[in-house]
Amino acid sequence: MPASGATPRRVSHLRYVLTENPVTLVAVVMYCVLVLMAGFGPMIAPYDPLATAPERALQPPSAAHWFGTDALGRDILSRCIVAARLDLGLAVSAVALSFAIGAPLGAAAGFFGGWADRVVSRLADTIMAFPLFVLAMGIVAAMGNTLANIVIATAIINLPFYIRVARAEANVRRSAGFVESARLAGNSEWGVLVRHVFPNLLPPMAVQVSLNMGWAILNAAGLSFIGLGVRPPTPEWGILVAEGAQYILSGEWWVALLPGAVLMTAVFSFNLLGDALRDLLDPRRRT
Amino acid sequence: MMRLALWRIVGALPNLLGVVVITFLLTRALPGDPAAFFAGQAASNEAIEQIRAQLGLDRPLPEQFVTYVVDLLMGDLGQSLTTGQPVAAEILSRLPASVELTLVALAIAISIALPLGVLAAVHQGGWIDQFARVITTAGVSLPVFFTGLLLTWLFYFVLGWAPSPIGRLDPAFSPPPAVTGAYLIDAALTGDGELWVACAKQIVLPAGAMALAVLAPIARMTRASMLSVLSSDFVRTARALGLRGDTVLVRYALRNALLPVVTTLGMVFSFLLGSNVLIEKVFAWPGIGSFAIDSLTASDYAPVQGFVLTMGVLYVLLNLAIDLLYLVIDPRVVLQP
Repeated sequence: MPASGATPRRVSHLRYVLTENPVTLVAVVMYCVLVLMAGFGPMIAPYDPLATAPERALQPPSAAHWFGTDALGRDILSRCIVAARLDLGLAVSAVALSFAIGAPLGAAAGFFGGWADRVVSRLADTIMAFPLFVLAMGIVAAMGNTLANIVIATAIINLPFYIRVARAEANVRRSAGFVESARLAGNSEWGVLVRHVFPNLLPPMAVQVSLNMGWAILNAAGLSFIGLGVRPPTPEWGILVAEGAQYILSGEWWVALLPGAVLMTAVFSFNLLGDALRDLLDPRRRT
Repeated sequence: MMRLALWRIVGALPNLLGVVVITFLLTRALPGDPAAFFAGQAASNEAIEQIRAQLGLDRPLPEQFVTYVVDLLMGDLGQSLTTGQPVAAEILSRLPASVELTLVALAIAISIALPLGVLAAVHQGGWIDQFARVITTAGVSLPVFFTGLLLTWLFYFVLGWAPSPIGRLDPAFSPPPAVTGAYLIDAALTGDGELWVACAKQIVLPAGAMALAVLAPIARMTRASMLSVLSSDFVRTARALGLRGDTVLVRYALRNALLPVVTTLGMVFSFLLGSNVLIEKVFAWPGIGSFAIDSLTASDYAPVQGFVLTMGVLYVLLNLAIDLLYLVIDPRVVLQP
């Protein structure tokens, strides 16, 4: 690859990553579709997601209703599309919260070491001492069954991963050459951490964020599947699957399986995108 | 060896303490005022105060914590409002069902993922490697409740191979006399082959759905660590000495490659115990997960807290077991206090 300045090289590398692996391209396309669904869901949806019509209840997928209809005659495709905003919103808020708390905590722990490190690491270990989904259930049950608490619980169980990545990356850099020179130039320790170390943590944290998104979606959907957080008739992927579960035994598979497939596709595309981002930002860790 | 094992057990204590502290904090964070909650809606202020004193909620937090720990040590997890039974007894009677499901899922996952990982490493870049990559990437994206429903539809409704996916045993059979509480073991103890098959048929779908989701970490780790072991000097030496290919692969390479795989089991268990709850709901499996969900729907919080504590303790113990297993399979592990 010819050297052609920093920005064009980034772009050509991006193009290389996208074309080298067609799966990545597919993931990017699916991601764009998801973002469109989240942004303009109510406008794209062919039917009103809440409009019931008993005369067309439990119809299998057809040209008029691509995903069929549920027990109340509601169009399942419309409900899946409209649900994207809520599901992605929950996951994005949870991940943002984990990042906002975990990154500074982990960075400070790795940079300063000593008691700060011990306290923060112990916090991460204590959260990790639980099966994470069970802890999320317990937190929502204790704090109250609301959407905000779903976000908080999902954020808390993801916290250890952010703390650990930030801590490890800050720890490696605490006595790196550029950090020492920033110290010699008269910056305070906090100044060095905030202006010189923290920006360097952002690329590995970005990879962590995108790998974490899929897991956050799965988690929020799992919580609403067992009846926490979102309440029917609000369309949400986890609830849609839960509502359709009883019709599986009588063969009306589309009610539960198609929303489940949408959820799976969303998680899958985020996971693929996370892998691609890792390749882009850190070619050494490519597998 | 015994000292090492003892040291590991002591090392698990801080985690155990962490679990108890967090669960305690969760019990004190009940929505609104716990005393008002337990007193009921029509309670007067005096009645609420009385309940508060009765529950010990008027005392300082550290003192409440001590009372909580003492109660725990006596095996007291409170009463379930819906069933009227002590929570500890309810959980204890349902625990075997959940543990059996989790362990069968783990066994299925290992028996598929290990060979898959080994084959993918041996034929690196071949079709089985590609297949393994697709399976593992898809596996981590699967919502476990979706997989459960998909398997149910496929094997019960379409193919008709599986029995009605409700509960632990077809109603036509009566459960085996309880010895361990695990139906597969208890049925085997009675020597009733037909009963054992009925139990096995009932557990294979829920356990299979859980196993699918954890194939990925096990297979990936097996592949990666097999690749590094296969390129090491001692494998080359063993081959050069003319040992048979599968002897080298299993006795030499696999045994050494297993160590990192055992380490990932911690994360695998975290995931299995979490998905237990979802799968128990899908298959109406009468374990502690569905008990917790039922209580949650009825706003009955003591069982949920008991459930979180039980799962936390179980997970700490499983991690301890993994640590001890490590001592057994790797004699080189040295104590690093």
